[in-house]
Amino acid sequence: MVNLELKRISDYVWELPKQGEMRVPGRIYGDQRIIDHLLKESGAAKEWNALLQVYNVATLPGIVKASLAMPDIHPGYGFPIGGVAAFDPKDGGVVAMGGIGFDINCGVRTLRTPLKRHDIEAKKEELADRLFRDIPAGLGSTGELKLSMKEIDQVLMQGAEFAIARGYGFPEDLEYTEERGRIAGCDPGTVSPQAKERQFKQVGTLGSGNHYLEVQYVEEIYDEVAAKAYGLEKDQVLVAIHCGSRALGHQIGQDYLQELERASKKYGIPIRERELVCAPIESPEGERYISAVNCGINCAFANRQALAHLVRKTLAATFGLRLEEIKMLYDVGHNTAKFEVHEVDGQRKRLLVHRKGSTRAFGPGREENPQRYRDVGHPIFIGGTMGTYSYIMRGTEKGLREAFGSGIHGAGREMSREKAKKQFRGEQLREELKKQGITVRGHSMAGLAEEAPGAYKDIEIVAAAAHNSGINQRVARLRPMVVVKG
Amino acid sequence: MPFEILEHEADAGVRGIGRTLEEAFSEGARGMFSLMVELERVSPKERVELECRADSLETLFVAWLGELLLKRDLTGLVFSKFAVRISREGEGYRLHGEAWGEPLDPQRHGAKVEVKAATYAGLKLERRAPSGPGEEYLIQCVVDL
Repeated sequence: MVNLELKRISDYVWELPKQGEMRVPGRIYGDQRIIDHLLKESGAAKEWNALLQVYNVATLPGIVKASLAMPDIHPGYGFPIGGVAAFDPKDGGVVAMGGIGFDINCGVRTLRTPLKRHDIEAKKEELADRLFRDIPAGLGSTGELKLSMKEIDQVLMQGAEFAIARGYGFPEDLEYTEERGRIAGCDPGTVSPQAKERQFKQVGTLGSGNHYLEVQYVEEIYDEVAAKAYGLEKDQVLVAIHCGSRALGHQIGQDYLQELERASKKYGIPIRERELVCAPIESPEGERYISAVNCGINCAFANRQALAHLVRKTLAATFGLRLEEIKMLYDVGHNTAKFEVHEVDGQRKRLLVHRKGSTRAFGPGREENPQRYRDVGHPIFIGGTMGTYSYIMRGTEKGLREAFGSGIHGAGREMSREKAKKQFRGEQLREELKKQGITVRGHSMAGLAEEAPGAYKDIEIVAAAAHNSGINQRVARLRPMVVVKG
Repeated sequence: MPFEILEHEADAGVRGIGRTLEEAFSEGARGMFSLMVELERVSPKERVELECRADSLETLFVAWLGELLLKRDLTGLVFSKFAVRISREGEGYRLHGEAWGEPLDPQRHGAKVEVKAATYAGLKLERRAPSGPGEEYLIQCVVDL
């Protein structure tokens, strides 16, 4: 029986002491309230609980330092959502599907506009209708880019560059995209034909569930220096696009489940939960899967690049702007595994860092950051719910030292979707939000109910915990005005 | 209760229950599609066939759900009726399945959330009251939303 008692390190850092099969301790960032909820859930002996998932990840071979969880931790599959774990390829380290998930490189692209809050207020309903019409979203939607098998391979190798070459956006956008929108180490031959075929019509679609498009304004600035570097000011309007690699990523996950299960057995890797199937990084199976994941990462970059262009066109048409006036703030993923160099016990090591529902948050100094953000670190977008704030935050030196430069990605669910559907009604929710000045358009009323603000943790608490722990820093708070849900 | 939806914070679990293993697999598929559409509004007009293989019965269930999601995206169909045949093949298992449905009409079918994938999380097969009058099979896994 696993002892899931936590040791308090500070008000915002808790440790799951190394015990049993754990190779490293667990470390959870969160305040008392977040930890209390976590303990209550694990104590309830539910079929899946996030704390046990932190433990399970800590048992995987080659894990370095700790099995980490961010303050938005909640149960995932294999890894908890909000889970971060780095593996050393030279120490038998593994690549684990549960640490990446099925929506490979799901992430957020944030655009900054020259518009102010009052510009949107005047045309809120019109803008919502236009975005709802112009952005393909919801179950079964298809994009305007229809691709052939050959073109899909180009998407997988070129990422955002492919979309830009097709007229979706500008080369400058790449500067403000993680990995410049194109990760290396991807052989399209490691992705099945059916995964590619599934994607033919899905490039440039938003998807559904928790994926969304949101128009917000900057309500408050906490960090003037970073806000200046990011080009943010009070009342300025931003647009956030939350989506991932669509069907291609989903199918890569589906395809590799069996392959990785066989690899786990072949290499004698003891896994405590089936969804933790994995392979040594330095094995043919591991290399193939990492390559496929990289293809998925590029597909997501291309997808968000295409979507951003559609958003730009709609904004330009509605407000008489030039497309170039709508600039990139940043594009960063939160479901990835990436090779990164980090300092561990005074030594620089190349590690495979898994972030499942955690945003990479490289603070000041990292050479991967765009020149303009070098001194403050790149921005990360923390999605609240459609009725609450979102945040622009950034990574810190402490975050780099302690958490491989990782951060939160959202509020994190507190209530199951089934419960939310019973408790909330989509139509009623839409009316209530309208009274609060938030215009919502959704492709599914049931889907809207599942995403009710009340089903999530309080973003204020989660953002404060990340900030107070010192691994992330708040830069600005955003308030939603128009929300389009898939 | 032929299928159940299990509570999970981020996603959902689907559980199929049947007098036979095949029935439980079919019900599990109905459970998964019930997350996407109103099942009773989808008429079983068009039929597709599919096949999959796996090393164990549990992972065969995940492969089966995965194949159905693939078919959904490739054909644009959503399904409400299923039939399954399971046989041994070598060390593992083979499933031959049929699914009936029609092209998705989001309005008419009351489209809900898109299921992205079937996962190994919460994967479980149980045989209750074996060979007795109340014998039933239960198969479940978490699906990614």
